Amino acid sequence: MAVQIEPGSKDRGIEASKAVEVATPTVADITAAAETSAHGYDPNLERIEIQLLLEGIYRHYGFDFRAYAYASLRRRIWKRIDSDHLRTISALQDRVLHDSAMMERLLLDLSINVTAMFRDPGFYAAFRRDVVPALRTYPFIRIWHAGCSTGEEAYSMAILLEEEDLYDRARIYATDINEVVIQKAKEGIFPLDRMQEYTQNYLRAGGTRSFSEYYTAMYDGALFAPRLMRNIVFSQHNLVTDRSFAECNVILCRNVLIYFDRNLQQRVHKLFYESLPMYGYLALGSKESLRFTGFEDNYEAVDRREKIYRKIQ
Amino acid sequence: MIAVGASWGGLKALRAVAHGLPSHFRVPITFVQHRSKESAALRDLLQDCTSLIVCEVEDKQPIMGGYIYLAPPDYHLLVDGDAFSLSVDEPVRYSRPSIDVFFESVAERFGPEAVGVVLTGANEDGAAGLRQIAARGGQAIVQDPRTAESPIMPRSALRAVPSALSLPLERMTPYLISLATDAENARPRRASGGDEVRA
Repeated sequence: MAVQIEPGSKDRGIEASKAVEVATPTVADITAAAETSAHGYDPNLERIEIQLLLEGIYRHYGFDFRAYAYASLRRRIWKRIDSDHLRTISALQDRVLHDSAMMERLLLDLSINVTAMFRDPGFYAAFRRDVVPALRTYPFIRIWHAGCSTGEEAYSMAILLEEEDLYDRARIYATDINEVVIQKAKEGIFPLDRMQEYTQNYLRAGGTRSFSEYYTAMYDGALFAPRLMRNIVFSQHNLVTDRSFAECNVILCRNVLIYFDRNLQQRVHKLFYESLPMYGYLALGSKESLRFTGFEDNYEAVDRREKIYRKIQ
Repeated sequence: MIAVGASWGGLKALRAVAHGLPSHFRVPITFVQHRSKESAALRDLLQDCTSLIVCEVEDKQPIMGGYIYLAPPDYHLLVDGDAFSLSVDEPVRYSRPSIDVFFESVAERFGPEAVGVVLTGANEDGAAGLRQIAARGGQAIVQDPRTAESPIMPRSALRAVPSALSLPLERMTPYLISLATDAENARPRRASGGDEVRA
């Protein structure tokens, strides 16, 4: 799998996206990572080198990780250094700036998250219970799924809306920074070996049918019904640099903003706020909060536990 | 920052640690306990036995004294400056939260002001992280394996950090309190002082 990199597009950044499962590192890898970062690295020097690396990537390739949450970024950078048997962050910078294949690998490391269909089933159950009744009163429903990764959660939402007889008048705009995962999402094929887990999630999320009705088992994957795809628009969008593209009744952005620092989170929250009409819904990850964003007073909690909010001013 | 990691048998051990902490305890203390995604009761079970506020961490929550912070299930917990941050990166050694991930980030952020405590558990999580805390000048403490419900995790932590202080559970909290008192007394003499969050 490769990421297209356009050295010319300086205004292009990258966000944390959720994506295909990457190969799980072995215990040896992890131990190696721990060893490297433990010994002989001055924390201040480490910070300087990471800043230089991110600045270099931004100026040369246009991907902007400079406002990412440092602790997670640092872990991912060290993982790449250790898998490539390098010794320092500067050595990684040398490789990244002179070898675009290396940049592709680092880009996947830095932008990929794990996702699942009906991830956090309690969220979908709450959405059915607390949000769907309001959506019924709308003539047309626009949902923006920001950071959709390979699309598992967008398909989950399509299934939920179909079961609630709302899908005909709904459109799901599913966006991610990473072009590779968007292409993957459009295929609508997910690993067969995860269907058991997804079926469990689906049932706990309040699914009303048999989950196997939604896909056809193929050679090595589960192909989801093309009708689910008909009202999903997958497209590349960068939360760091791009603007709002439509007014949406619901914005879902779950476990994406945790990878951003506080300032960048605030900027993205401003974007969300401006993209929602009055009484529009915002859904975050189960341990994300509006409390530290400066937008807390603009929303009321619809479901505090599942982090579903509604814009009230 | 006092960082405490526990796995199998951890509930009892964490309750014992929390129980002995006085209400004026001002060093931020964080528990990372392996548990299933759905387990929501841990916070309440801990709150029942302490007068400090037990708080399940949310992303970007500022770190403050007077709290016992609890890593939320199904996320990695890290520290970033003066606040916590979360990640949904792949589990490390089948665990999310991973004690190693948290300890490593505490070592990076707090250096000699970090205290790492490895309690009971049936895996080897925490050992690599504790080594990093020690390598950066922090204090490494391990529950005496003979007093642990499952001795595997304390044993592997002691193998990784042979110089770590090994304490039976009942002496853990009194020792943490004495550390906090020492840190409190040492504070005015520190040249750097200021508003930084300190161990």
